[in-house]
Amino acid sequence: MDAIAVDRATGGETAPQTAVAPSIDGAQKSLLRFITCGSVDDGKSTLIGRMLHDSGVVFDDQMEALEKDSQKFGTQGDRIDFALLVDGLSAEREQGITIDVAYRYFSTPRRSFIVADTPGHEQYTRNMATGASTAELAIILIDARKGVLPQTRRHSFIVSMLGVREVVIAINKMDLVGYSQQVYDKIVADYRELARRLNFGNIVFIPISALEGDNVTKPSAAMPWYRGTSLIAHLETVDIKPSTAADGAFTFPVQWVNRPNLDFRGYAGWMTRGRIAQGDAIVALPSGRRSTVARIVTYDGDLSEAVAGQALTLTLADEIDVSRGDVIVSANYSGKPRSLIPARILWMSERPLADGSTYLLKLGTAMAQAKISVSRAVDIHTYEEGEAQRLNMNEIGIAAITLDRPIVASEYGEDRELGGFILIDRWTNETMALGLVDSSLSPKVAPDTIAQVVPAGLAGRLTTFLAADLPLRRQTRGGIFQRVLLGYAPLAVIIGGIIGALSGSLLLGLGVAVANVVACALLSLWMQDSGMPVDESRLRDEANVDGDGI
Amino acid sequence: MIQLTHLQKLEAESIHIIREVVAECEKPVMMYSIGKDSAVMLHLAMKAFYPGKPPFPLLHVDTTWKFREMIEFRDQRARELGLDLIVHINEEGVKAGINPFDSGSRLHTDVMKTQGLKQALDKYGFDAAFGGARRDEEKSRAKERVFSLRSAEHRWDPKNQRPEPWRLFNTRKRPGESFRVFPISNWTESDVWSYIALEKIPVVPLYFAKSRPIVRRDGALIMRDDERMKLLPGERVENMMVRFRTLGCYPLTGAVESEAATLEAVIEEMRNSHSSERQGRIIDHDGSGSMEQKKQEGYF
Repeated sequence: MDAIAVDRATGGETAPQTAVAPSIDGAQKSLLRFITCGSVDDGKSTLIGRMLHDSGVVFDDQMEALEKDSQKFGTQGDRIDFALLVDGLSAEREQGITIDVAYRYFSTPRRSFIVADTPGHEQYTRNMATGASTAELAIILIDARKGVLPQTRRHSFIVSMLGVREVVIAINKMDLVGYSQQVYDKIVADYRELARRLNFGNIVFIPISALEGDNVTKPSAAMPWYRGTSLIAHLETVDIKPSTAADGAFTFPVQWVNRPNLDFRGYAGWMTRGRIAQGDAIVALPSGRRSTVARIVTYDGDLSEAVAGQALTLTLADEIDVSRGDVIVSANYSGKPRSLIPARILWMSERPLADGSTYLLKLGTAMAQAKISVSRAVDIHTYEEGEAQRLNMNEIGIAAITLDRPIVASEYGEDRELGGFILIDRWTNETMALGLVDSSLSPKVAPDTIAQVVPAGLAGRLTTFLAADLPLRRQTRGGIFQRVLLGYAPLAVIIGGIIGALSGSLLLGLGVAVANVVACALLSLWMQDSGMPVDESRLRDEANVDGDGI
Repeated sequence: MIQLTHLQKLEAESIHIIREVVAECEKPVMMYSIGKDSAVMLHLAMKAFYPGKPPFPLLHVDTTWKFREMIEFRDQRARELGLDLIVHINEEGVKAGINPFDSGSRLHTDVMKTQGLKQALDKYGFDAAFGGARRDEEKSRAKERVFSLRSAEHRWDPKNQRPEPWRLFNTRKRPGESFRVFPISNWTESDVWSYIALEKIPVVPLYFAKSRPIVRRDGALIMRDDERMKLLPGERVENMMVRFRTLGCYPLTGAVESEAATLEAVIEEMRNSHSSERQGRIIDHDGSGSMEQKKQEGYF
């Protein structure tokens, strides 16, 4: 218990807390978050059901319900179908598939575990990525009868991309291949070959049978040739190192300014990396103003130091302007606020990403408008990159993101919390994508040319029109066009722009048809910028009403 | 180097969630159901805004059938902590004479709890409501988001949930829409009790074993908390050593026989227990998938 008492009461003025009875569960236990990847056919749900059952968290009434459900929906004949323990939603039970990320909890005397149980099918890649985003370890299941499959490559890629370094390859259904060491060795060799192209730290291979329980919680008598630990024993003891950055800096995104009265101004937030101590010199970004940490305030008393993962309230020695979205960093932080971010993005919406679209980007506690220039896509089966102008759901692309104001973003590999972001549709509020900051990528930024932004069929025509419309461009409306093209014009200006362009073209004697084309083009620019779907074929039809008139 | 424990990590995550709501939503409220999960959630809120107080009121949707000790405890806690407490009762339900004995558990819960909650949220215009639900409680809860979006009609669409990678929550919503936010999603029953012990959080004494007036009905041990519970032919009141693992409307909450009169004993008993906490809840057993259905209808 000493650890707790010391951690919580290192503040000078606080009396050490009385030690709590060591019997309190969780007071000393560590926590491991892991993800399980694999398809239903690989026995993933069965494995989790088995872990929950064998670690004693399945209660009698749940077992009773499970036995009933097994007879109704089970796929194991008269046997208990452990998969039904974890497939929660009715639709899933009926279809026998796992649709969404489900979180499971169990603990052993040594550790508590949070399991992200994610669906294996390709159409649920986004759910898997969500589960992997907070995982410290991944269990990737391989069916011993089938070996390394395309889905194994896919799961491995996503897990690696989301920054999971610690991996367990659980070769399941060993009972169905006669517990053969040859089969196991072949799969190990195949996987090692695959993993050479990924960014894993440590890979552990364990032959198991989730159905029979071999090497899950207890070593298997059927596989004396395997000398490693059981899966649970490995999970209990594996050492997870917190991610560190080369500069050794701390970062503290400000979540909320706490001003309960005139005498107190604190910055509430969550340390994403490093350690912070009373008296440390800090810089508030993006303003760049400097100060020192006056107090690290918590309900349990002031702390003299704190580490990544803690929720704190900081007060500073100087009155400087800091608000939500700003990041308090140590003086040695090597990053700078930036408005151009190279990133990998995983598209999660059914509405595809079109190159040049604008979304809201949320990173840490900061929010900005972001224009996405996608240049390449990654094939998650072959790991090869190819040219791409759009991304469909579950596709991964490399993009340059231009923000309307600079924000503090770290490299994802050094800090997941300040290097990961989501993209939000401004009108539907749908979460469209997740992204990872990676400055080693060099995506090309789309120049702000019409051809890049306008639907293909319109590009040539609008350029021609603008060329013919030079007198207008020199006047105020030129500015409107510019802003529209940059993608940051507010709605009112664009609507004004459409009306203005419409009347302007009419004034110039270009005719109603041409004015329509301009209005159409502007509207489509606006829609695309906003991430709204644009039916390009229809736009082309509209534009063709009097196409030759331009 | 400081190593954070399991509970310290859970605590930090929950505080982060609570603060995120206050930073991003206009009019939050904390659902306070008086039970152990609410007690922990409230404690976390006190921590999140220290040295200030939580900048939102507590809301209790009172079905008028809660244990009397729960109501006393509720009022006392709100007073001690100096927080605003809103108590809402569905008066239409009361007028219609809805009660758990004659109306059945399902109708009673729907009218007094689910409808009552919607009324209260609409009446005060809250756009985010904290709830103490945990993902380990029930299978359909395992997939609930931390920020769960509800339509203007308070419906939950399990097929249209926003992904929540890392600790990034999309808090955007349209006018009329609202969030249910679950800060202790990742806590288990065991975590909750351990934390209560570690932090010395007060809880309703009903959680601890004591001799109480019990009626055996439909296989459950129901505490006769007041005269409104009429005895059926053949029934009698026995004084038994019992405690409760969850708390709700007294006619719908089964007690368990127990000698565990202290927190340590309760934790020890739970660790050796073979049944889940929701077993004592009568409303959960209205059919397979019943919790999922209730949630789609707007139940917390």
